Amino acid sequence: MRLLSFGKKSWKAASFMAAALVLMSALPLTACHGSKESLGFEIPEAFDETSKYEITFWAKNDTNKTQTKIYEKAITDFEKLYPNIDVNLRLYTDYGKIYNDVITNISTDTTPNVCITYPDHIATYLTGADTVVPLDFLMEDSRYGLSGSELKYDAPAKDEIIPEFLSEGIIGDHYYAIPYMRSTEACYVNKTFIEQLGYEMPEVLSWDFVWEVSEKATEKNEDGTFKLNGQKVLIPFIYKSTDNMMITLLRQEGAQYSDALGNNWLFEDVTKENLIEIASHAKTGAFSTFKISGYPANFLNAGQCIFAVDSTAGATWMGTNAPLCDIAKDKIMDFETAVYPIPQFVDREGLEISDNKASRLAPGEKKFAMMSQGPSICIFNKKDPQEVLASWLFAQYMLTNDVQIAYAETEGYVPVTSKAQESAEYQDYLGRAGEDNSTYYDVKIDATKLLLENQRYTFITSVFNGSTSLRDAAGTLIENATKSVRRKATVDEAYIEKLYEDTKSLYHLDQASAAGSGKAEFGELPSESKWLLRLLVTTWLFIGIYIFRTKILK
Amino acid sequence: MKKVIATVLTMGLALSMAACGSKTAEGTQDAATEAVSEVAEEVSEAAQEVAEDASDAAEEAVEEVVEEDSEGEEATEEAAGDVMTHEDYVAAELDSEVTVETYVQAKQGWWENEGVGNATFYTQAEDGAYFIYNMPCSEEEYEQLTPGTKIKVTGYKSEWSGEVEITDAKFEIEDGNFVAEALDVTDLLADDAIIDHQNEFVAFKGMTVEASKDADGNDVAFLYNYDGSGSQGDDLYFNVSANGTTYTFTVESYLCGQDSDVYKAVEGLNVGDTVDMEGFLYWYEGVNPHITSVSVQ
Repeated sequence: MRLLSFGKKSWKAASFMAAALVLMSALPLTACHGSKESLGFEIPEAFDETSKYEITFWAKNDTNKTQTKIYEKAITDFEKLYPNIDVNLRLYTDYGKIYNDVITNISTDTTPNVCITYPDHIATYLTGADTVVPLDFLMEDSRYGLSGSELKYDAPAKDEIIPEFLSEGIIGDHYYAIPYMRSTEACYVNKTFIEQLGYEMPEVLSWDFVWEVSEKATEKNEDGTFKLNGQKVLIPFIYKSTDNMMITLLRQEGAQYSDALGNNWLFEDVTKENLIEIASHAKTGAFSTFKISGYPANFLNAGQCIFAVDSTAGATWMGTNAPLCDIAKDKIMDFETAVYPIPQFVDREGLEISDNKASRLAPGEKKFAMMSQGPSICIFNKKDPQEVLASWLFAQYMLTNDVQIAYAETEGYVPVTSKAQESAEYQDYLGRAGEDNSTYYDVKIDATKLLLENQRYTFITSVFNGSTSLRDAAGTLIENATKSVRRKATVDEAYIEKLYEDTKSLYHLDQASAAGSGKAEFGELPSESKWLLRLLVTTWLFIGIYIFRTKILK
Repeated sequence: MKKVIATVLTMGLALSMAACGSKTAEGTQDAATEAVSEVAEEVSEAAQEVAEDASDAAEEAVEEVVEEDSEGEEATEEAAGDVMTHEDYVAAELDSEVTVETYVQAKQGWWENEGVGNATFYTQAEDGAYFIYNMPCSEEEYEQLTPGTKIKVTGYKSEWSGEVEITDAKFEIEDGNFVAEALDVTDLLADDAIIDHQNEFVAFKGMTVEASKDADGNDVAFLYNYDGSGSQGDDLYFNVSANGTTYTFTVESYLCGQDSDVYKAVEGLNVGDTVDMEGFLYWYEGVNPHITSVSVQ
């Protein structure tokens, strides 16, 4: 009885304190993290087909009118299935512009409903409050999820999306994107020039081979023209995306670049060795970049380049018979184009094929590797769950075979579903390489096959808030080292140390942090938080003393 | 004791609010007395957003000022090289450092990258023109760089797809004003010597609008993007001919956006129209003028 009495009395006080403590414990968590983490939305019982929904779709095309038409057809076909959903298309030709516009529109709550984007960008979008919809529950929903029972089209099941591609949409602990198309980088080689220089095409393109041939190609005649092409211009090796170049080099060398916590190892000795190697070839004129000189395809097609590294999604611009071309017809050289994976240090079995200085820095760790790239789709949160569901229905529609196969055929993309990849229609397409110089353009289909055959050697980098800046920094290191050496500066250790400092400062890399997952390193706690924790400990202490004192008094 | 605990709890409540919204202490103090759910859902979120926005804006502003100051100093210091004539500039090797005095004629939109403002300028002096690509400048400086403004620029002579330009430039504003008259180069279009006028403000007279093929294969007078894959707001491409040869001209959207007169004028063109045009003699794998005005004869 006394015990009960004590219990009642104590329970009342303890209940108050416990409730207060729970609230106190919960409140800081809510206050500090709740507004940063997307709360998603509640999937409606059923999609409302009686109301009108207007959704905006921000998409990117590769300045390719066929892609534009495919988007438009997809929208028309979708709207026929769902007459109460109107999809407004806004086209971009640059992921960077989409990114900037989304960032701008987050602050005014005018984001699009559906958006083609990169996971790196989504990580930044997620720093806004409740912006991007987590897709976990949507994908699993038996009615409207992937291959759900209520869908009015034949969507792929979750296990029909290539797992590596699907996992690229995970940020923290949630899916925030579904893959749309995938590509990788390829090295488009002027085989005619290689043979003209007395070399045979290797089975696997090594860095040593590329550098050696490129250096040999820089030999000039007395009149200043190049011996190889008789022209005043020749840049033997041009790399389109220098951020990819540095990141892939590090991967191939077995060196770390970044992790999901936002840590980075970009500014290390391996990078330094890579930069010195690259700069040595830029100095002789054997190497340049898109940002410094122009599109690799233009130089390749004009007989002014031997090794042009660009996306497989740019294959229709490559080669004598390329369906897309920016240079005058009378400037196009007649040559044979070979499509290779980008240069490597080891072959697929791990046997060393390149022996330059940088590659020796990580013995035994080297990998046959190439970047997985290509657009994904995310959907943005809105107040009306029905509008979000309409967005999801459209996003998912973009994974149907009709859209996947049609879009993949526009460039050296591969569909992201096994359902599309294995379809008779797509296999027929792959088997008809070279039948014409448009739909069945051989360089484009060779580039596609390159990725299909090397899917397991592709990699992605960790996504966190700041990963975009880190990627930009990786490219800037190469761009600046290349520019500097062209401008007669000495690119040595001292130069690179300064370059590291300048680049870190420019991209605020010491301020980067991981997003979303709760696994991130957030750095030292703010003083207010420290005081809060101290206060909580003190409160528990007082509770303990109170209970102890009450017991003693009783 | 209970009072002590209650006091401590209240302090904790207030502190938890302040921890996430320290810049709006007033709001959070009041809110601390309200229902916890309301506080959690509304006040803390609002406080945090406001605080973050304010803090970010303040930090950016400070950074901007610091960067601008340091940029300004560098510009003054580095733009003090020996001034070249246009002839010297043409003779200079690619990738060499150059210093020129020139006058702003037009500018593309200002934009910011990682906190550094940039803009691209079409400039011209009495003896020749210079295209200055992505020159760092603050938004205030950008506003000052109106047509006619004299600037001393130091940078590197570079070439991108045939366009010779000054990159990684620093500048300082000087006294002086010059606005170039458009030079009629219609008859030079088919002549290799036209490259001598690269980047100059030029005129094209009596050219005929030729058909372009749109995304559906139809004949049209202009395209959004070079192949019709774009939409309103993107660059406009249109074909015009003179003396039997057809050329592709561009309305660069960063120079003349969709609300500009020239953008609207090109959208209103018809195949077969005879037009007079003015613009800057930009280069991309050949002559590719950036048109700033169009009038139908």
